[in-house]
Amino acid sequence: MRVAVVGFGQTPFRTKRKDKTHPELAFEAINVALEHAGLDMKDIEAVAYGSMDPFDGIYCPERWDATACGLEKPVMKISTGGTTGMTTALAAYEHVASGLFDVAMAVCVQRVGECVDAQPVLNTAVDPIYERHSGLGAIHVAAFQATAYMAKYGATEEDLAWVSVKDHKNALKNPCAHIRMDISVEDVLNSRVVCSPLKLLECCPRSDGAAAVIFASEDVAKKVRDNPAWVVGETTISDSYYLGDRPDFADWDSLAIAGRRLFRTAGVENPVKDIDVAELYSPFTIQEILELEALGFAEKGKGKDFAKEGITFPDGEMPTNPSGGVLCTNPIGATGLVRFGEAALQVMGEAENQVDGVEVALSHAWGGTLQFHTLALLSSRKKLR
Amino acid sequence: MDVTEFEVWWKIPFRHSAGIHATRFFEGLKEKKILGVKCEKCGRVLVPPRAFCERCHAETGEWVEVKDEGIVETMTVTYMKFTGLPDPPYAVGVVKLDGADTGMLCFLGGVDLSDWRRVHEAFKPGTRVKAVWREEREGKITDIEYFKPLD
Repeated sequence: MRVAVVGFGQTPFRTKRKDKTHPELAFEAINVALEHAGLDMKDIEAVAYGSMDPFDGIYCPERWDATACGLEKPVMKISTGGTTGMTTALAAYEHVASGLFDVAMAVCVQRVGECVDAQPVLNTAVDPIYERHSGLGAIHVAAFQATAYMAKYGATEEDLAWVSVKDHKNALKNPCAHIRMDISVEDVLNSRVVCSPLKLLECCPRSDGAAAVIFASEDVAKKVRDNPAWVVGETTISDSYYLGDRPDFADWDSLAIAGRRLFRTAGVENPVKDIDVAELYSPFTIQEILELEALGFAEKGKGKDFAKEGITFPDGEMPTNPSGGVLCTNPIGATGLVRFGEAALQVMGEAENQVDGVEVALSHAWGGTLQFHTLALLSSRKKLR
Repeated sequence: MDVTEFEVWWKIPFRHSAGIHATRFFEGLKEKKILGVKCEKCGRVLVPPRAFCERCHAETGEWVEVKDEGIVETMTVTYMKFTGLPDPPYAVGVVKLDGADTGMLCFLGGVDLSDWRRVHEAFKPGTRVKAVWREEREGKITDIEYFKPLD
């Protein structure tokens, strides 16, 4: 069963969206998605909903937000750390791919801005017996990757800073992006050190907002739009729960395995040639570099040069995060769905910061202190090969 | 219009079981012993110990004592105050102990933490480190105060 994305909606993301409650944000994103698809709420047959409860201090936010998803529809809640948004997309996709439904919607809402600080919440995701005492959040584990990568491959602070400069320039073109400012390499290097070697301008903000993606079966997709984004591949993977069990912090092996699995099933032979744009989950500069290498876009040790050399800019050979990425907008449980939606817009030719001639886009999310990855490939073609 | 906001707290006590393996590990710490377990299938020594090897989906077997010395795999120094987390600056790293096949998350110390570049030089990946034990040990992970450079 071929399945396509036929609609995407997102709210503007801000530190606080005090103007709206949780379901009002869902309502806003859903209506943008419905309008984009040219569908009505009655056309949506099932809903996959994603959020990470403790960031918002609301247990079962799916109860509150189901009111915006149309009562009486089947609703399935998904929560898998930072991959939540992407796995919610895959859950909705699989509703349609299974043949059980013709139209399904993924909805994600997150209000990290309402939490005093995301790191104590992230700390409760770390093993409570052996690891939690060490004061670990997400920034710390990204800093582990940066330290290991810089030692192994000789990357400089400036190499990492270029990733931030690129993402911030891209976010300027995206009205929904949270942090929108033009910054230089010097600005990044002069910003305060948060978790060494990572500095403030190498770290994502905490964002409030929502996103929705509508999936349709082939027959419906062809009827509702002439430029659907076909889902041509998807996979997820899990690594160990224990941080100390990661094989090597300088290389993201679990993502490399997931990438090879995705490319094999989708028929990608050469990622750089076959994939035109990537929306990667990189809330910290170093992670885009590791992801580019794990996914085969860059050779090991060469990803550090990509932003500096312009390769990942929208007019480069491997445009990465033209939306401004997670570095500029991070409503954590909705972030993966934004990657997925932005990748779909690129394939449709409708992105705010559109890359020329996109036929194939990759979407990625990681979650759970480097434990999970979710990947999807979207294309204007129904099949790559 | 000023929108009304409500302050809400989640402050709920839990009591997590450590299980038999971690309990034995914590008992060992009282005697300055670091214990791991061996996976009979892949042969890895897992530190800290656990009841099963998640790579092999097999129960772990033999208990092994590893050294309280090892090498730094990676590290970071935190300079920002996060709610509920330790006061900065604090250095945390992953240390692979001699005799273990997995890294252990721990504090690093014994050096001035004010200049992060100097701390990274002192604990760069591959650096040999040794545990500094607390005088009064209570069978907790924090019985190891931190790891310091060996030289």
